[in-house]
Amino acid sequence: MSKGAVLEVKNKDPVETLRVFFRDLLEKEVVDVLLVPKKLPSGDGYCQTLVRDPGMLGDVNALAPTLPVQSARLISHLTLTDPGRKIGAVLKSCEIRAVIELVKFLQVKLDQLILIGVDCLGTYEPSDYAEMSREKGEGVSSTGGLLEGAKEGKINPQDGYNLRLACQICEYPNPQNADIVIGLFGHDPQREIFIQVRDQLASELAEKGILAMADGESPSRDKVIERLTEERIKRRDEVFDAFRSGTKGLEDLMDALSTCIRCHNCMVACPICYCKECVFRTPTVEHKADQFLRWADRKGGIRMPTDTLLFHLIRLSHMVTSCIGCGLCDSACPNDLPVATLFRAVGHKIQGMFDYTPGRSVDEEPPVASFKEDELQTESGAL
Amino acid sequence: MEDFEPRIIAFLCHWCTYTGADLAGTTRQQYPPNIRIIHMMCSGAVDTIYVLKALIDGADGVLIGGCHPGDCHYQTGNYKARRRVAILKEILNQVGFTEDRIWLRWISASEGKLFAGTVTQMVEELKKMGPNPMKKLWVA
Repeated sequence: MSKGAVLEVKNKDPVETLRVFFRDLLEKEVVDVLLVPKKLPSGDGYCQTLVRDPGMLGDVNALAPTLPVQSARLISHLTLTDPGRKIGAVLKSCEIRAVIELVKFLQVKLDQLILIGVDCLGTYEPSDYAEMSREKGEGVSSTGGLLEGAKEGKINPQDGYNLRLACQICEYPNPQNADIVIGLFGHDPQREIFIQVRDQLASELAEKGILAMADGESPSRDKVIERLTEERIKRRDEVFDAFRSGTKGLEDLMDALSTCIRCHNCMVACPICYCKECVFRTPTVEHKADQFLRWADRKGGIRMPTDTLLFHLIRLSHMVTSCIGCGLCDSACPNDLPVATLFRAVGHKIQGMFDYTPGRSVDEEPPVASFKEDELQTESGAL
Repeated sequence: MEDFEPRIIAFLCHWCTYTGADLAGTTRQQYPPNIRIIHMMCSGAVDTIYVLKALIDGADGVLIGGCHPGDCHYQTGNYKARRRVAILKEILNQVGFTEDRIWLRWISASEGKLFAGTVTQMVEELKKMGPNPMKKLWVA
């Protein structure tokens, strides 16, 4: 259960108001360190920053409109060995869902972690936001102009830029499984921010005089989230349908992946890719010259580099059941392959087979790491 | 297509299907010679990369042979194999590649006849399907 509080926004500056909230969390030792997006010295982007000194909170922006890196990976590094301190992490919804998945793969420990989830307005490609910053200079909006749509749930990207496709089709605008939720939807962000806190933590925040807690619901927020989710699901299904009708046979898939250079960027960007040693970085796929030549002999010629289709299919078979749809694989691809759409569309079907929703609960076992004795039975007793 | 002879790569569990294949031989069961057997310690040890690599390199079919449910020498390897194969088949389905070239069968060490029958049936089915189109694809 949870409690709620309304944080009054001072000077019509929600970003600064949240900064003060974070300073309280640090100074009153609710957390010892805080992982939070902070503006880069160049001024044209944001990066996750591990803040120890409250004096470093200047330029921190919980509502940053970019997702340069999936923080679930960072949190894995921060919690795999006991950090010995309480870490607060300001995360977007997809990052928390990735954290939940990594808990199940024993790559994140929640004991010392306080998850602070922010209602997500969507994100731009970091390169788009950088360009926007260069065009507008100091005048660039710290939320990329997205915050204005939070009250009604009508989010309009600025100046002809688009949100990343993954964000356009994301059906989880609000964070789940967060210890503290920073609620933006359904409230006027120039005036107030709705904060929802898990019971135990809520009494700590109240005792330390950080927030005056009351009942934990915001009907206006719930209503906006419900509508937004509905719209996103509709858009998501359109994207899935377009992908499926364009990928009817093997040739279509090969065409979609034809410019893959097997740089492994999608794999590096992926928060779920959980293998400690990737098979594609072992001698298994570092073939000797005579192997390539044998293939060329047999087929008359082969595409180089080889094993690109194998790479994507293996990645699918490893992580598609846990794909949380952050779309960072898309952002990382130098050749704009539709990898995120491929993974989400296939993932949606396969997650459905096991009634599994990645990121929903730490108590659900991921399909690739579990089985049931009485499932998947066919007449011949096999598949 | 008359003279098309499919090539099947089989990953067989040491404790059941591999021994079953042996039994088929020692009891002189006749079955087509289209199968190349790879000896595994458990169907649960068959990584999806083995199956996919075989198919992408042009094998016409892949047979995975494991112990009947409840009989796994390592308790649960066959259940894990079943889930892994189910996921792989659905992935292939979704991306437009036929899943019918992958067979997972439970064949025990005493079922030499079933092994011979399974291979015979698989060869027939694959002959109907024709050669694996991946065999000719140079871009894979």
